Amino acid sequence: MRAICFYFQVHQPFRLRRYRFFDISNDHHYFDDYANRSILRKVAEKCYLPMNNVLLDLIKEYGANFKVSFSISGTALDQFELYAPDVLKSFQKLANTGSVEFLAETYSHSLSALKDKNEFTRQVTQQAEKINKLFGQKPKTFRNTELIYSDAIGEMVANLGFEQMLTEGAKHILGWRSSNFLYCNAINPKLKLLLKNYQLSDDIAFRFSNQAWSSFPLTTDKYIDWLNNINPKEEVVNLFMDYETFGEHQWADSGIFEFMRHLPGKVLSNTNFKFKTPSEVAAGLQPVSPIHVPFPISWADEERDLTAWLGNELQNDAFEKLYSLSELIKDCDDENLLKDWKYLQTSDHFYYMCTKWFSDGDVHKYFNPYDSPYEAFINFMNILSDFIERLENYSSNKKNVDKPLNKLENKEKKLPLKKVKKTKEPKKVVKAKSTAKKSVVEKKQAVKKVAIKKKLEVKKVAAKKTSTKTNSSSITKSKKKK
Amino acid sequence: MKVLMFGWEFPPHISGGLGTACYGLTTGLAKQKVDVLFVLPRLFGDEEKSKNGEHDFRLKNASDVTINFTGTNTEEFWKKISFMEVDSVLIPYMNPQEYYNILSKEFGEKFQRKSYIFSERFEFTGKYGNNLMDEVMRYALVAAKIADSETFDLIHAHDWLTYPAGIAAKEVSGKPLIVHVHATEFDRSGENINQYVYDIERKGMEAADKVITVSSFTKNIVVNRYGIPPEKIEVVHNAVDIGKEKCYDTYKKHVKEKVVTFLGRVTFQKGPDYFVESAYKVLQYDSNVRFVMAGKGDMLYRMIRRVAQLGISTKFHFTGFLEGNEVDELLYISDVYVMPSVSEPFGISPLEAIRSNTPVIISKQSGVAEVLRHAIKVDFWDVDALANYIYGLLHYDALSKMFIKYGKEEVDNLLWDDVARKVNTIYQEILVK
Repeated sequence: MRAICFYFQVHQPFRLRRYRFFDISNDHHYFDDYANRSILRKVAEKCYLPMNNVLLDLIKEYGANFKVSFSISGTALDQFELYAPDVLKSFQKLANTGSVEFLAETYSHSLSALKDKNEFTRQVTQQAEKINKLFGQKPKTFRNTELIYSDAIGEMVANLGFEQMLTEGAKHILGWRSSNFLYCNAINPKLKLLLKNYQLSDDIAFRFSNQAWSSFPLTTDKYIDWLNNINPKEEVVNLFMDYETFGEHQWADSGIFEFMRHLPGKVLSNTNFKFKTPSEVAAGLQPVSPIHVPFPISWADEERDLTAWLGNELQNDAFEKLYSLSELIKDCDDENLLKDWKYLQTSDHFYYMCTKWFSDGDVHKYFNPYDSPYEAFINFMNILSDFIERLENYSSNKKNVDKPLNKLENKEKKLPLKKVKKTKEPKKVVKAKSTAKKSVVEKKQAVKKVAIKKKLEVKKVAAKKTSTKTNSSSITKSKKKK
Repeated sequence: MKVLMFGWEFPPHISGGLGTACYGLTTGLAKQKVDVLFVLPRLFGDEEKSKNGEHDFRLKNASDVTINFTGTNTEEFWKKISFMEVDSVLIPYMNPQEYYNILSKEFGEKFQRKSYIFSERFEFTGKYGNNLMDEVMRYALVAAKIADSETFDLIHAHDWLTYPAGIAAKEVSGKPLIVHVHATEFDRSGENINQYVYDIERKGMEAADKVITVSSFTKNIVVNRYGIPPEKIEVVHNAVDIGKEKCYDTYKKHVKEKVVTFLGRVTFQKGPDYFVESAYKVLQYDSNVRFVMAGKGDMLYRMIRRVAQLGISTKFHFTGFLEGNEVDELLYISDVYVMPSVSEPFGISPLEAIRSNTPVIISKQSGVAEVLRHAIKVDFWDVDALANYIYGLLHYDALSKMFIKYGKEEVDNLLWDDVARKVNTIYQEILVK
């Protein structure tokens, strides 16, 4: 008994509006609400709602014999809540059938796994929580943005507690092996790997309505034949694709919905395949070997690597500049800044800056709202410049204002470390216009001086290193020494 | 006095300084009571009209000119004109838009073979498209027809695109021809000149009765590279519009950093790469600056890549081609304007910048350096000097204030009326001979 594992990706980015040099420091609104709403509604009508209904019908008919899985990015979920609550309800209905597994991914469909472990962890945790909240499932299976995977990424994912992960069955890492088996991560064998069967997946996702294709038109009978022709020893066929295949990439009049309606029945009656979710597949099979992926792979383009998002000067620079802000972000708790930070990381923004122009380029161009990758870059960098400025302003304001107040709340923890700074702080606050805080600061000063006396010997070295030009600090220190 | 003037672009449909200069000159001449019939390959309908009603310039749309060809007429017609032959090879042209190499046809041959009974209208695109050479030759054909049907005293042709037209008009009418050199092939392409464009330029200058150049810098090139005797050449510097009373109050700078601007075609001639390199240097010392490159051109993508490569893309911005008020807005909020041109026959844009209260740094290899005293002049290749002066103007207030104050006075004295007066004098001199 062999398994077919369907996985559908659902993602919508928060698209950027046209943001010009003149907008920098002037307008902090980055996203094209109108475009995002209209595109979401369009995709909802053409794809999400009709295909969800097809799936619901199939589940009703075949019960536990028909299973599928989804991953829905946080940005898509946010947009459902904003613009399409009916779609959200529809997915919740699917969740309630018990035949649908929801996976975890990075909240904003980002490339953070490649750059910033903390950010990655934060996003994954946030995403998993959201999935749990909306669909009542705690995800056990993970898929990274665009199925990007490497040994190191797999290890990171395993450490976050996931049991299995999806990725691409790329030729260059499989070699002679087949994607139709279960594998495991090369560093931590506890993480099981399901590899996409790109031939059979893309037959549906890309070639279905291509009249120049040798196998056009694709009927369920043809497809069943191919499934039956697979070597009987092979254990699983992973069919991973973008959910927009159904209705958007392949239009309704191509017959894609009918194809999917009839496929499960034919599979169940004419083959020895059963439908399983990724968790079930991993639970029911033994990994045949670890798979070595030293450099990241993905499911994108012919190369199946990162060149769709990174590699040319534009993408690299934008990527570096974006993630150089992680330090500042760590100390930031402004909601709006954090939200913008999340949405700016979506991989689509880098995708639009890609300069590959061959057959893959056509795919890029179709989905690219910009006239050229250079415009995409300029637009993104203008927005990033404004964001950087806001973040820097926020950080410097925070330093001036918050630290004295923070101490009030976390006396036990922070006092020892911040003692030296306390002696500086009063002067700064005084200079920064607000005189009301003086009395509070003075009281704190008195409290601190007592504490300082006790711990001065221990902290002398630290104090010397961080001492500043302000006279008072040196005077008080010298006094204490006496 | 009536002048038949041939141009190629006219505001607002411009891609560079040529259109602006033509507009300034024609309005100035109108004030001098000179009637100008300005022929353009194509009128879009929204061109700038002259301000005063009495002596006007008329714009003629070459696309509207119909040419009748019947068998025998053609022969007669062609006997009157000896055309410059242009070899059938590709010709890159001055505007850096994309183009494809095409074969250009020899007009005479084409029309003698067939005999048309309908009149033909040639649709000019008026743009620097891929059949530019065709358009130049057809323009000449149309020019001949216009010269036949209009009355005028002189012919005045602006830049190589119109020289064949000027020559054709001269041959048909016998009136004197003045050729106005706004730029040469050496300015546009350095040493990799296109031989055919060069040939056209040279023939135009030789056929003319007088050559006007926009600067001594250009005059030198014409003398040395085209072999024209210096006595035949007159230098008439360009000027700059007084400008509509700009509502400077509505222009606000929102970024808190200083702004350094490059505004022009992003092509070899204008030296954008030197601007990028100097920006990098300045940002090493002072990150409180933003650099802006406004314009489009064949080097634009290269510049964007270079900026990304240098890692300065959060402080170096591209705005694309700006129109109308946006130009003024950008110039107004700028703190320094840079024109690092490799070879600039004149350069009107720094004058526009000064008019908007912005100090300028210009390249010594430019015509405008001859008329501006209150501007910083550098060799275009000297990136260190450029960076140095940018930094200086940004930080030493006294310097920039002085340049703004005195520069403005200088610019206010550069009027198109004076230019027109000079040109008018040249006209008179020729007619006397």
